[in-house]
Amino acid sequence: MHALIEAHGLSKKFGKVEALSGLTLTLPAGKAVAILGPNGAGKTTFIRMVATLIQPDHGTLMVSGRDVVRDPMAVRRMIGLAGQSAAVEEMMTGRENLMMVARLYGQRRSEAVASSGRILEQMDLVDAADRWVKTYSGGMRRRLDLGASLVGSPRLLLLDEPTTGLDPGSRNEVWDGIREMSWAGTDILLTTQYLDEADHLAAYIVIIDGGRVIAQGTPDELKSRAGADMVELHTVDVPTMQRAAEVLGSLGIAEPSTDPATRRCSLAAPGGSRLLPVVVRALDDAAVPVEDITLRRPTLDEVFLALTGHTTGSTTTTTTTDTDPTSPEEDAA
Amino acid sequence: MTVDITLDRPRPARPVGVAENGGAPYLVASCQVAARTLKKFVRTPALIVAGTAQGVLFLLIFRYVFGGAVAHLGTLTYVDFLVPGFVVTGVLFQGMGAASGVADDLEGGLFDRLRSLPIRLLSIITGRVGADSTLVAWGVLVMTAVGFAVGFRNGGSVPDALAALGLTILYGFAFVWMFIAMGLAAGSPQAAQGLSFLVFPLSFVSSAYVPVATMPGWMQGFATNQPMTQMVNTVRLLTGGPGAEQLLGHSVSYYLVRSLLWSVGLVVVFAPLAVWKLKRS
Repeated sequence: MHALIEAHGLSKKFGKVEALSGLTLTLPAGKAVAILGPNGAGKTTFIRMVATLIQPDHGTLMVSGRDVVRDPMAVRRMIGLAGQSAAVEEMMTGRENLMMVARLYGQRRSEAVASSGRILEQMDLVDAADRWVKTYSGGMRRRLDLGASLVGSPRLLLLDEPTTGLDPGSRNEVWDGIREMSWAGTDILLTTQYLDEADHLAAYIVIIDGGRVIAQGTPDELKSRAGADMVELHTVDVPTMQRAAEVLGSLGIAEPSTDPATRRCSLAAPGGSRLLPVVVRALDDAAVPVEDITLRRPTLDEVFLALTGHTTGSTTTTTTTDTDPTSPEEDAA
Repeated sequence: MTVDITLDRPRPARPVGVAENGGAPYLVASCQVAARTLKKFVRTPALIVAGTAQGVLFLLIFRYVFGGAVAHLGTLTYVDFLVPGFVVTGVLFQGMGAASGVADDLEGGLFDRLRSLPIRLLSIITGRVGADSTLVAWGVLVMTAVGFAVGFRNGGSVPDALAALGLTILYGFAFVWMFIAMGLAAGSPQAAQGLSFLVFPLSFVSSAYVPVATMPGWMQGFATNQPMTQMVNTVRLLTGGPGAEQLLGHSVSYYLVRSLLWSVGLVVVFAPLAVWKLKRS
């Protein structure tokens, strides 16, 4: 059994810009993997290399045991690619677009009809199937594009920034589509600059920066590596929050931080769960009422900052969700 | 409380029996790629109207505005002189759409998708060439019909006229390779459109609309030897009868050999360039 992807010392220069500089990575099959990194980290270069669209200057890259340079056709038989822009034809219907790709994968007409129908259902596009793509919303186009990459039932699905440029509603639609594929058993390699996207979609995250792997692991592993758990509590009003902060400060563990806008107060808690009862008891003794209290892991934003020394810069784009530390919990609720 | 939101819930094993994708045979792949471009064309009225109406308009202007000043060119009437030139240079104006079309596909990510599929790279290009050549052929037929409507009459035999029609489409095919290579090299639709202005010296500085002999000497060198002149004169001789031969001073075969060499040359130069550019896009 080969690893899904084995990369050794991959480097690639575009002119003077070094997009990849000695990237080495082994990914096992059977997991949804996110390549996470800021703009210019080399994510797209790497995924285009896996898709056989560009060749490395140095190093080797094997996909399921096949060399992308020496045997690109064998790799192409296993993959489906959805690039950064939805590569669908506006003047054809959704069904025609899927049919075309299915035929190009080598399916006979009848097979192509069947697989296109299946994908339209899977991507929730049955009602729009016979409308021109011109009339589709951005989210529908992206889902159709994902569907086109899936119409050949590829072993490995490559998604390059699948939600870049989408509004939050469309993004959620696309996320649902990707989860659907992942649950259906397709291996997925996706790139993203959004931490919450990697956290939502992937079981394994590789963080790259400057064309190199900075860290990798499950979301939980990466979060533990970035540091302590946080105790966070929520109060009815700001004076209560301030009293709670005084109580937490008096414990002598760390300096609590407060956020009057959300009436939240948080404290780094190296003891993890053992510390939680202590905090609750202290608040109880001081008769400070709290709405709720949680022990949470640091967000990937905090992880990224700890590992690379800078943030992802994702807050400047419109599609990112609130990077407030509490938002992942709210999303999941 | 924090909820685990990753996808660590059990996933079914990979569906058993899913074969690898064989990829479409060469011809099927090319036809699929061509069908897309053709569908896009017939479903975009603006494309048809812009291309066709512009040609008709220009033919009317040349025929009736310039045709009034130049009723005869030696032994040929101006309309019999003009229409072959007009139809043949028309392949450039119809074909230049291929350059921006290809650049569009490149920018829109379509070529990335196609190149990631298990099909031959060349089948993508020949599909595009096939579609754009079909569009050029359509333009040639429309212009020929309009040519007859404004007074053009075939002075040669019917087989010669049909050969002229076939040759015009062949020249169009050769130039489509050039436009596709240009579109791939340009990188953006805007740049491709810029490069397409090359068609103006090729069409106007030729024997298409006026005899080369009326141009200044420094221009004649280019005008006499560039491919359009050879192609236009071949068609003019095939459809103009004895009057044309007297005016042009060479036989059909003289221009035919030169225009066929140019056609082969265009494909030989631009086909590898297009493949190379697509591979590196």
